[in-house]
Amino acid sequence: MSAEIGQFALIMALVLSLVQAVAPLWGAWRGDPVLMALGRSASMMQAGFVILAFGCLAYAYVTSDFSVALVARHSNTVQPLAYRFAATWGSHEGSMLLWVLILAIYGGAVAAFGRSLRETLQARVLGLQGIMGAAFLGFLIFTSNPFSRLVPAPPEGSELNPLLQDPGLVLHPPLLYLGYVGFSVAFAFALAALIEGRVDAAWARWVRPWVLAAWVPLTAGITLGSGWAYYELGWGGWWFWDPVENASLMPWLLGTALLHSALVLERRGALVSWTILLAILTFSLSLIGTFLVRSGILTSVHAFAVDPKRGVYILAIIAVMTGAALALFAWRTPQMRSGALFAPLSREGGITLNNLFLMALTATVFLGTFSPVFVEIVNGDKISVGPPYYARTFGPIAVPLLILSVFGPMLNWKRDELGALARRLRVPAAIAAAAFLLGFVTLGWRQTVTVGALALSAWLVAGAFAILGRRWWSGRKDLGWAIRSTPPSMYGHVLAHAGLGLLALGVTGVSSWETDKVLTMQPGDNVVFAGRTLTLTELADVPGPNYVARRATFNVEGRGRTYTLSSARRAYQSSQTTEAGIRVGLLGNLYVSVGEESGRGVVVRLWDHPLIVWIWLGGLVMSLGGLVSLCDRRLRLGAARRVAPAAAVPAPAE
Amino acid sequence: MKRLLAIVPAVVFAGLMVAFVIGLGRDPSILPSMLIDKPLPVFDLPPVRAADTKGLASTDFRGEPALLNVFGSWCVTCRVEHPFLMQLKAQGVPIHGLDWKDQPGAGEAWLVRYGDPYQLAGDDPVGRTVIDLGVTGAPETFVVDRQGRVRYRHVGAITPEVWSKTLAPLMTKLKAES
Repeated sequence: MSAEIGQFALIMALVLSLVQAVAPLWGAWRGDPVLMALGRSASMMQAGFVILAFGCLAYAYVTSDFSVALVARHSNTVQPLAYRFAATWGSHEGSMLLWVLILAIYGGAVAAFGRSLRETLQARVLGLQGIMGAAFLGFLIFTSNPFSRLVPAPPEGSELNPLLQDPGLVLHPPLLYLGYVGFSVAFAFALAALIEGRVDAAWARWVRPWVLAAWVPLTAGITLGSGWAYYELGWGGWWFWDPVENASLMPWLLGTALLHSALVLERRGALVSWTILLAILTFSLSLIGTFLVRSGILTSVHAFAVDPKRGVYILAIIAVMTGAALALFAWRTPQMRSGALFAPLSREGGITLNNLFLMALTATVFLGTFSPVFVEIVNGDKISVGPPYYARTFGPIAVPLLILSVFGPMLNWKRDELGALARRLRVPAAIAAAAFLLGFVTLGWRQTVTVGALALSAWLVAGAFAILGRRWWSGRKDLGWAIRSTPPSMYGHVLAHAGLGLLALGVTGVSSWETDKVLTMQPGDNVVFAGRTLTLTELADVPGPNYVARRATFNVEGRGRTYTLSSARRAYQSSQTTEAGIRVGLLGNLYVSVGEESGRGVVVRLWDHPLIVWIWLGGLVMSLGGLVSLCDRRLRLGAARRVAPAAAVPAPAE
Repeated sequence: MKRLLAIVPAVVFAGLMVAFVIGLGRDPSILPSMLIDKPLPVFDLPPVRAADTKGLASTDFRGEPALLNVFGSWCVTCRVEHPFLMQLKAQGVPIHGLDWKDQPGAGEAWLVRYGDPYQLAGDDPVGRTVIDLGVTGAPETFVVDRQGRVRYRHVGAITPEVWSKTLAPLMTKLKAES
């Protein structure tokens, strides 16, 4: 029964989204408050129906209703409850439903919390979200129906891809989608502003929390995905430049640029059309990223719904949405006023430079991801683009951006002086120089690049805290008051930038000092590796809830207390997975992964990953920074009331 | 100037969409073989069947067009493909087998259990020859002409559809070549 209710709820949601697409846009044009109010009701009701549909599918999974074809394909009765539930979004259809769910919830949130918005702007935003909702609900119902029945119902289902049966999967896709879909709000705001021909500080103040609300889960989701790939795939790597990873990185890079440029628009009224363009492109890249990997245009380890028919529908959605947005942009922006002027050496100038670098990084990733398509069209060659390309292009652009990211926040708005800037940065510069010298003396000139990268990490972390230092000590007598009056958004700013430094530290450590070893071992054998002695103590079969594991247990001595570590190969119904044994430490991880067994023993692969854990800690700290900023009362009040003029706020925002 | 700049993103995007539409029409999983129209790499493998005196060598592909089928007893799809290979054998299609990375004896046991569609069968326990052939996964089948040149490569199981649409016409054509 739940499948029919779900199906019905989806159809109701589609009808409501059509109402939402037409009524408020028309109402805003005619100035009719009744039609605009209808848009608000429609979007909240649409959210309700999509939540109901999602609940029905989740219910079918949890109760193992195999008469629903999707459930029979991705779940079975021995699968643990958490993974039966997570399987709801573990398939193409289910993840599309999750996408639509998040879109509808954001739409409902704009309707519910946007009461203080200019009414026509809110109506137009809702109308545009209605159009998006209708497009995706149509895609879901007509090409990827999650509620199709299976007659006769099988007594037992197949199973969820074993790689996905992991706590990481429970959180990773919802977080990523919260990010991708969250940018749809900024997109709708940008289009609404273009239709109204009016972009001002109030608009930017409204958009920024929504961008931040998308950026925070996206950052956390990417970090989690990287960690999940590290321990689940058993390759010991943390980033593979796979098309799907790139698909999440591109919106993140542009979303970061948008976050900064919207700040300039809010505080100084500059970068007007640039911010609008970024808002359009960020969501378009979310769309292109999420969907092109499923259309069959690119091969990817993640592509789980390669179906050209779906590809055509998706491409049509992207072409219409982004095409219409960019056409509107080309038509309307020349008539909009230019932003305020600023000197090259100023906070605005710094953020502009940051934006250019982030744009260049996005272009690099975009070219790397899609060049196989372009090259084949031009001369028919099949090529694949791998890590060497990114090492040569992404790195050289990212490093200057990181160096500059310390300068930007220390600059004054409007104009600044070089001498004064240098004085403000003397403490982080001294710390970075000290780190460089210390590294140079201990590691020697052969590792100059590594030492430079370590100094860069120190520069980033010290530079982030210098933001607080400047506020607390520059020309203020009362330190206590200065500390008490520091707005939370400033702590968020410090955390986000410091997280970047921690990330750089982790990347430096693992890419400079990673070592590995492959060997065949029998129980009783031992091996000396990276300052530790590993002894294979036991090789045994261990049953799990829905798999059988072949587990190798090691005793590890050296570098601290003795401990045991085990790695296993799990045989599920459909395939095998490798569960790596990982000893996590702040200084470095020991990573053990067992392979096939033969008469001579079991193949063991060992990795030493110095400092790698800082990569994920850095990502989480960045995300936490965004969350702290989002919780700032000032940001929310500014958004809600749009009264306080920028001059009334003494602190530099962020 | 500003008007012109504002149009740039739309134009770039239009170009992109054209590229994607063209790209949608092709299958990214089809990898062309580097060996097409080139002679087979030289190999001489020991037999899979203990009773055979002769395994499989690249020089065996002379005189008549034949299929070279890469299989393994560990390969599930090969098991699916197998009954159809038996049908082809019954029709008199020459098929040679290359057993990829099997335990000693496993390949032969597999052939005894399910039937043996191969005229000659060579054993490649370390997978060296398979690397030279550029095989990405089993099963994979090469169509080799009477001069010992690779003319076509099929990735995955041979289904009746693949056979009737692609491989059978090609074999007929190769037989007609002098």
